[in-house]
Amino acid sequence: MLKLEQRPEPSRLWTYLTPPLAVAVTMIAGGALFALLGKNPVEAIATIFWEPLFGEFAFYYGPQLLVKGAPLILIAIGLSLGFRAGIWNIGAEGQYIVGAITGAGAGLAFYPADLWVVFPVMVVAGAAGGWAWAMIPALLKVRFGTNEILVSLMLVYVAEQLLAAMSLGLLKNPDGFGFPGSRNLQQYAPAHNAELVAGTGMHWGVVAALIAVIFAYVLLNRHVLGYHIRLTGQAPRAARFAGVRPKRLVLFCLGTSGALAGLAGMFEVSGPAGQISIDFNVGYGFTAIIVAFLGRLHPVGILLAGLLMALTYIGGEIAQSNLGLPAAAIQVFQGMLLFFLLAVDLFTNFRIRVIRPETA
Amino acid sequence: MDLASISPVLLLASLMVAATPILLAALGELVVERSGVLNLGVEGMMITGAICGFAAAVETGSPFAGFIAAALGGAVLSLLFAGLTQVALANQVASGLALTLFGLGLSALMGQGYVGIKPPPTPRLDIPVLGDIPILGPILFGHDVMVYAGLGLCAAIWAMLKYTRAGLVLRAVGENHDAAHALGYKVVRVRVMAILFGGACAGLGGAYISLIRVPQWTEGMTAGAGWIALALVVFASWKAGRVLLGAWLFGGVTVLQLNLQAAGVAIPVEYLSMSPYLITILVLVIMSADRSRAPGSLGRIFHATG
Repeated sequence: MLKLEQRPEPSRLWTYLTPPLAVAVTMIAGGALFALLGKNPVEAIATIFWEPLFGEFAFYYGPQLLVKGAPLILIAIGLSLGFRAGIWNIGAEGQYIVGAITGAGAGLAFYPADLWVVFPVMVVAGAAGGWAWAMIPALLKVRFGTNEILVSLMLVYVAEQLLAAMSLGLLKNPDGFGFPGSRNLQQYAPAHNAELVAGTGMHWGVVAALIAVIFAYVLLNRHVLGYHIRLTGQAPRAARFAGVRPKRLVLFCLGTSGALAGLAGMFEVSGPAGQISIDFNVGYGFTAIIVAFLGRLHPVGILLAGLLMALTYIGGEIAQSNLGLPAAAIQVFQGMLLFFLLAVDLFTNFRIRVIRPETA
Repeated sequence: MDLASISPVLLLASLMVAATPILLAALGELVVERSGVLNLGVEGMMITGAICGFAAAVETGSPFAGFIAAALGGAVLSLLFAGLTQVALANQVASGLALTLFGLGLSALMGQGYVGIKPPPTPRLDIPVLGDIPILGPILFGHDVMVYAGLGLCAAIWAMLKYTRAGLVLRAVGENHDAAHALGYKVVRVRVMAILFGGACAGLGGAYISLIRVPQWTEGMTAGAGWIALALVVFASWKAGRVLLGAWLFGGVTVLQLNLQAAGVAIPVEYLSMSPYLITILVLVIMSADRSRAPGSLGRIFHATG
């Protein structure tokens, strides 16, 4: 008979082992799914994971890795702070949208002035927009004890409607022949988040993501606030005795994750996306939840997980055009990854013992 | 703008229809949460139910078969959640989110061949004499079977929780799983059954959207209904009767804003479409003052050591 025995503390070995194991299991299950869809599983998996990095067109897809990975990492870093403390910000997608709207709005307000100050102002506005959107669930939780999961999620749907209203109304391109969507920021040089080094995909969002990783690492390992976050997650009662003020922690964690998500949205709209449009958001805010867990809520882990998830996005697109694999199949694949990760996590916290039934 | 074009009778009648999907899903989640499990995967199970039901109804030509398939689809998906949280002892919040993300992808994948098709119509239950009563007739007695199934389910769950032994066991497991375990109740078994029931209800709710309320299939068509259902359970203080009231409230807001859109109110459509979500937040704020009603073991992992 098998029996689960709780480990006194989580196994270090398994903590590192579970993400690669989950990826491996997902590849097998995903391959089975692709086979069910009538595709060659080995070819499909190879297309997703090999082609973007080492294939014929790697020079094109390589930079995309940074472009797609940066927003995921930026958002996931913010989420991980809250997740560690048991504060669940599920509405990063909404904060991402609002950050893009405020960032783009600030930039367009200067149009067509040619000032160096435009882009810095947009960065601040984007972060502030995301922060303010996240402050709604934060303040409601602190003041009224409202569930932050549901409020932050409801605000995603509100933000999506706001995005539609903005691209049809206030931010609509006056020279756009009536089409929905704002002016293209790529054509407005002071507001354009251009590639810093041509052909690398490196833009300011990537820089911000790397800074966020370092910042989070220092915060969690070297700063008392990071210690309080970890303590609250592991032992909320002990944290309160240690003088942690839970309300301030809620405000900090939700605020930071909102600001980072807002930044991600702002860098996206001013760079790769170029304009505010009805279908601007593509679910980075939700995928970032998977990235945060896959990275074990650790900054360096999130960096790696973000790149891996970006790989599945790019590889998914290649598989879509080369093999006719449906886009939704990649979404299922990403969902599976989180499933398997949570399942194999059992080994981190529990030991499986084989016991013989005792005879009386 | 023409507010006179909004007929109160039609408004109340369509309120019953708009309330049904969230009512079904919320009732399922109510049972799950009363057993002490927080399943945030309602949205994923609803959308999976929506496509399972739609596909089955289109293939067989029978909406009834569609609803059966939807309940099964939702239950099968919830089995994944049950496995994760009850067997692998994973975090319930994370597992629920995983279920939603997975369900959204899976439904999009399954629904590829079904975009733009019309499902077979579900017959309306025109109750002879009662349906002819002016005003009350169209509001109460002119609906499809699922509206009454939702109301019946609400009454059944209320009675089950209040008067039966099974309800007592379920509540015991939810309030204090260690005590329930010590008394010899099978905590994990009760919870798995509750989760399956919740999945089936969410599936039915989703199928109601794709088969009757809309009726067609589009990706992500539940548009947060599952999350509203979750909010509804909090709003209802974990009581079946209040779930019904809440569902009518949200149904009313949804229908009213749709009517205002149609009547051409000077507010842009997007801002009106926000209203159900904003009302949900508002109601959550009002209700969160009273947290005493939440089941004692809600969201906690149960691991029998003895």
